[in-house]
Amino acid sequence: MLHHKRLILAHFWLGFGGFGLALLLGAWQMWVRSPLHPWINNPEHYYRSVTAHGTTMGYVFPTLVAMAFGYAVTELSLKRSLIGIRWAWAGWILVALGTVTAMVPVSLGLSSVLYTFYPPIIGSPFYYIGVVLVVVGSWIWVALMVVNVYAWKRANPEAPVPLSMYASVAGSLLWGWTAVGAALELIFQILPASLGLTHTIDAGLARVFFSWTLHAIVYFWLMPAYIAYYTIVPRAIGGRLFSDSMARLAFALFLVVAMPIGIHHLFGDPQVGAGFKFVHSAFTALVAIPTLLTVFTISASVEIAARLRGGRGALGWLKALPWQNPMMLAVAFSFVMLGFGGAGGLINMSYQLDQSIHNTQWVTGHFHLIFAGAIVIMYFAIAYDLWPHLTGRAFVDLGLIRAQLWTWFIGMIVLTFPWHWVGILGMPRRMAFYDYSNPALSPEALSVVASVIGGAILVVSGALFFTVLVRGHLAPRVEPPEYRFSVAVRPPVTVPAALNGYGLWVGLMLALTVINYGFPIFHLMFRSDTSVPVVHIGASR
Amino acid sequence: MSPESPKPTSNRWFATTIAITVLIASVSIIAGFAWLPIAERDSPFRSVWDAICSSAGLVRRSPITAVVNPTYKTSTVVVSLQTLPAATAESVGRGGTLAMRCTMCHGARGVSDANTPNLAGQYAPAIYKQLRDFKSGARTNAIMNPLVENMSDQDMRDLAAYYAYFPRLRASHSANEPAPQIVIHGAPMRNIPPCAACHGTIGYKVGTEWLEGESPVYLRAQLEAFASGERHNDISEQMRNVARGMTIAEIERAAAYYAGQP
Repeated sequence: MLHHKRLILAHFWLGFGGFGLALLLGAWQMWVRSPLHPWINNPEHYYRSVTAHGTTMGYVFPTLVAMAFGYAVTELSLKRSLIGIRWAWAGWILVALGTVTAMVPVSLGLSSVLYTFYPPIIGSPFYYIGVVLVVVGSWIWVALMVVNVYAWKRANPEAPVPLSMYASVAGSLLWGWTAVGAALELIFQILPASLGLTHTIDAGLARVFFSWTLHAIVYFWLMPAYIAYYTIVPRAIGGRLFSDSMARLAFALFLVVAMPIGIHHLFGDPQVGAGFKFVHSAFTALVAIPTLLTVFTISASVEIAARLRGGRGALGWLKALPWQNPMMLAVAFSFVMLGFGGAGGLINMSYQLDQSIHNTQWVTGHFHLIFAGAIVIMYFAIAYDLWPHLTGRAFVDLGLIRAQLWTWFIGMIVLTFPWHWVGILGMPRRMAFYDYSNPALSPEALSVVASVIGGAILVVSGALFFTVLVRGHLAPRVEPPEYRFSVAVRPPVTVPAALNGYGLWVGLMLALTVINYGFPIFHLMFRSDTSVPVVHIGASR
Repeated sequence: MSPESPKPTSNRWFATTIAITVLIASVSIIAGFAWLPIAERDSPFRSVWDAICSSAGLVRRSPITAVVNPTYKTSTVVVSLQTLPAATAESVGRGGTLAMRCTMCHGARGVSDANTPNLAGQYAPAIYKQLRDFKSGARTNAIMNPLVENMSDQDMRDLAAYYAYFPRLRASHSANEPAPQIVIHGAPMRNIPPCAACHGTIGYKVGTEWLEGESPVYLRAQLEAFASGERHNDISEQMRNVARGMTIAEIERAAAYYAGQP
C-alpha cells in the first residue's frame, strides 16, 4: 500500500499543472505561426513561449512524473515505507522553487534562449539557476531510489529485486548520469557568462555537453512508460508478463546504450569529427535492441491476455482483447506512435539521411510523436492506474478516460504527421515567422493548418484529462484492493546477479561515455581558438 | 539468491557483456575512423593516420596563402556589454563640455534639423564605436574625421556618456498603420533580418544605433552608402549585406518609419 500519498500526489499535480500550462502555450505557438493568424509582429513573444513550453515539458513535467512514479513503485513493490521522506519533500521543494525561479525571467522576456540554451545567447542567470535547482531536486530522488533499493536488498538478500523497482532505479541512475552533461555546461560555461564573470563562451563545447544530456534524457522520459508496459499493462488487461528476465535485460541495456549516443544531435556541427559522429550513429542503432525486446515482450504478454480471454487464430486473438479497458487503449496507441516515431528516428540517426531533414519541422514532429505521444499517453495511463490508490476514490467515468486517450492519440497524429511532411519540404523548425504568401513556402500552408487542428484537439484532450483527475478526487470513497504489479509467466525465483544489480551496466555506461565523449570534450577544452563573445538577451546598456 | 558468483572474473554475464561491448565499440571505431574515410573514391587522405586525425576532428592549419586585404580600412572596434561601464556624473559633465564642438550640426541638446544624426539618448556604445571608426578612418566624413583626430579614447567615452544621458527620441507612429514588413519581418527569403531585431522594438544588439526619430534623409543616405559599399565600417559586412538586398521602396519605407514623420 501507499504510505506517502500526499508526497506522490504533490509531485503528480505539480508536474501535471506545468504540463497543462505548457500545453496551452504549445497550441498558441502552432496557431500564431500558421497561415490562420496574422503575424504577431514580435518574434520575442514567440521565443519566450517556446522557452517556457520546452523548459516545462522537457525538464519539469517528465521529471516530476518520474519522481512521483518512482516513489509510488518503491512503496508498492518493496511493500514498505519510503526511506528519506524529508529528503523527498526537500527534492520536491527544490523542483518547485527551481521552476518558479526559471519561469519568472522567461515570462519577463529576459531568457528567451529555448530549453536547449543555445549559447552564445545568454539570458538571465535566474533562468539557469532555476534549471539547476530542478536538476538538483531530481538528483535527491535518484539518491533516494538507490538508498531504498539497497536497504531492501540488505534486508532481503535471498529475494530478487521486484522488476518494477529494478527498472525504476535503472531509470533514476540513467538520469543521474545523463543530467551531468547539461549540469557541466550550465555550471562551468553558461552561469559564469550569465553572471558577467566571463565574456566569451565555447559554444561548440557547450553543445557537446548538452548532447550528452539531450539524447539520454529522452530515455529517462521513456522509462516510466516502459515500466508501465512491463509491470502494469499485463496485469491491467488480465494477462501475464511474457518474460521477467527479458524485461530486466531491456532496462539494463537502456542504461548502456542510451547514454553514449548524443552526438547524433550534432551531425551538422563542425566542431566534432566525422569519426565520432559515425560511432555515435552506430551506438544509436543499438537502441533498437532494448526497444525491439520490449515490443516483442509486450506484444507476447498482450497475446497471452487475449488467449486467456478465448482469443483464437494467428491474428484473431486481437479481437478478444479488452478494448474497453483504458490501459489496453493506451498501450495500443502508445505502440502505434512509438512505431511511427521510431521509424522516423531511423532517418534522424543516420549520418547521411539526417542531412535531408536536419533542423526542420521533421525533428519537431519526431520528438513530439515519441515523447508527447508514445510516452505522455502512458503517463496518463499511469495516473489513471494509480489515482484510485492515491485518492481512495474510484473513477466513475471510464468513457471519459477513453475519450481522453482517443483524442490525445488522434490529436498527436494530426499534429505530427503534417510536421514530418513540411519538414521534408524543407520547413525549418524554431522559426517565429513563415511568409506563406511566398511561392516557395505556400505548399506548406495546408499542412501547417492541419497541425493547428491537431494542437486544438490536444488542448481538448488535456482538458478532459484534468476533468478526469479532478472528478477522481470528488468521487465517492472506496477501499481500493491491494495494488498489484504484473506477474510473469514464470515468476523469478533466482535472477542472475547481473540482472539484480547495476554495477556492470553503470560501469559500461561510464566507460562508453569516456570512449565516446572523452576526446571531443578534452580536445575542445584545450583549444584556445574556439570561444566567441556572449550575446546577452534583452541587454540595452 | 543467485547461484552465480558476482565476481567479475568468474561470471559469464560480465565477461560476455563486456566482450560484446568492446567488439561493437572496436568495429564502429575502426569503421568510422579508418575504413570509411579511406574507402571513399576520392579520399583526400594520404595515409591511415591522416584519416584518423581528420575523423577525430583535429584541425590542420591550412598553409598560409596570400591574404586578400580590402583596399579600404575596416573597423577594428569590438564592443561588448563591458566596453562602456555605467557612466559617472563626471564623465557626463566632461562630455557636455567636449560636446560644445558638436552643437553646430548635432544641436545644442543632441537634436537638430540639419539632417545629421540626432544624438539625444543614443546608445553610448553606438556613439563610441562611430567615433573610433571616424578616428581610424574606417568611416569617412569630411567634417567628422578632422574633428575626432585629436580626441582621446576617454574623450570619446565621455561624449558617448553625455549624449546617452538625454531622453531617447521616439518617432510618432500612426496607430492604424502597421510597421513596414522590412522593419518587423525583414525579408527571410532574401536573408534580410528585421531592422527591429537589432535596432530596437524587437531586440537590441550592443553597438547598434537607436534609429527612432532620426532624419529620414540621413537614414536613406546611410542605407544607400552601405549598399554601394561607400560606407564600410559595419562588422563582418552585416549592414552592407542587408542594404544590398533591400529594394529602393524598402529603404524609403524603413527610413520614413523610423523618422516617424507623416
